[in-house]
Amino acid sequence: MKAGSFRYERAYTLAEVFRLRREAGGDAQLLAGGQSLLAALAFRLSEPSLIIDISRVRDLKGVSVLPSGHLRVGALTTHRELAAHPDVNRHAPLLAEAVPLIAHAAIRNRGTIGGSLAFADAAAELPACCVALEARIIATGPNGERAIPAATFFTGLFATALAEDELIQAVEFPCAAPGDRATIVELTRRCGDYAMAGLAAWAQHVDARLQTPRLVYFGVGAGPVVAGAAARALGPGPWTPHKVAEAQTLLDRDLDPPPDQHGGPEMKRHLARVLLARAVGKLGVEPGVRAA
Amino acid sequence: MSTEVAISLTVNGERISRRVEARRHLIDFLRLDLGLMGSRVGCEHGVCGACTVRVNGLIARGCLILAASLDGDSVETIEGVSDTGEIRDLQDAFVARNACQCGYCTPGMLLTAAELLRDVAHTGTTPTRAAIREHLSGNYCRCTGYHAIVDAVEAVGKARMSGSEGGKP
Repeated sequence: MKAGSFRYERAYTLAEVFRLRREAGGDAQLLAGGQSLLAALAFRLSEPSLIIDISRVRDLKGVSVLPSGHLRVGALTTHRELAAHPDVNRHAPLLAEAVPLIAHAAIRNRGTIGGSLAFADAAAELPACCVALEARIIATGPNGERAIPAATFFTGLFATALAEDELIQAVEFPCAAPGDRATIVELTRRCGDYAMAGLAAWAQHVDARLQTPRLVYFGVGAGPVVAGAAARALGPGPWTPHKVAEAQTLLDRDLDPPPDQHGGPEMKRHLARVLLARAVGKLGVEPGVRAA
Repeated sequence: MSTEVAISLTVNGERISRRVEARRHLIDFLRLDLGLMGSRVGCEHGVCGACTVRVNGLIARGCLILAASLDGDSVETIEGVSDTGEIRDLQDAFVARNACQCGYCTPGMLLTAAELLRDVAHTGTTPTRAAIREHLSGNYCRCTGYHAIVDAVEAVGKARMSGSEGGKP
């Protein structure tokens, strides 16, 4: 379980990252929090000739609220910082809610949001949250910066829309409006495990009714999976038990879960239905019940 | 081209400068280069928690950190934290409740528990058993002595909350 041999370079600016990457000719790995990369190196699933340590690049750090009404979260923001930051709790509380579900405290202390999104594990929480909140991923490279909608960022198993010479600089989330509700639920065998199945859900609460839901599953596909048919079935509130049951049935149309070490497609479909009911409950079942 | 990296960091309060192989993780650095054997090598891929140490004041998996990346940083191991007496009450409670057994997971357990209980005296609240289990969930005990470990952590939390000497059953 020892990593293979490689060189190590520490970058302090984006320009240095781009230069080192270009010189390595595609045979370099970026090191941010390292909480997935170091395991991949130990297993020799990844055998780069060069590790570029980007953890001290200042342009990748910081959390701020933009005049455009977005919360900008630097790629190097750790899970721990995400959960504790007042602006995150105020403007994108779903992220803070998701953090305790991610691995364990020792890993949350070092793992970063940019690393999690770039790694794009199919069972990871933050990619699904980004899709549910309609975040945009700010990618930067030698040819400049571009914003990629989260919905098109995740392109497959461990695959993203990043070009080879790009990296994630930040993630921008629309600041939550009054009435926005979001929650995340997942099922794991043990605390801190990757989810067998999970769901990030978002809706607007208007005139005492939930509406315009977005349901984004994780751990049931190659990446975050939007359950559009189920969301349309819920539609504008009230979300009666009948409507919820209909949405649960329609999940069969939205999800095509591959079997994994946890179980087969039928079990995953069952878990997805359970999660939908739980998420609806947490968002505030109607009529009558109002979440705080 | 060289695969060695020069680093200068603080380990248990002592300034250290070394050249390390780029691929060397923090635990091998501590054990093989510095002779600090308290931090354990377990799974070496971030699952078992036996290698838990503190980096810049926060617990981390030593096997998931390249020593080369720690230039200018501060590392604390079970040796350093024992010497300062910071977790004396936790250590006493682990002994009193036989929460060590083979002892392989103990340094990691102690440092992880210490982070959970760090603010107890300050906030006046102590974590529930469920919260303790959740916080320790990333640390495996292959003797499966979890119950005694949770007992010890809970007792120290309660003792710190009431400001008395802690951890004795």
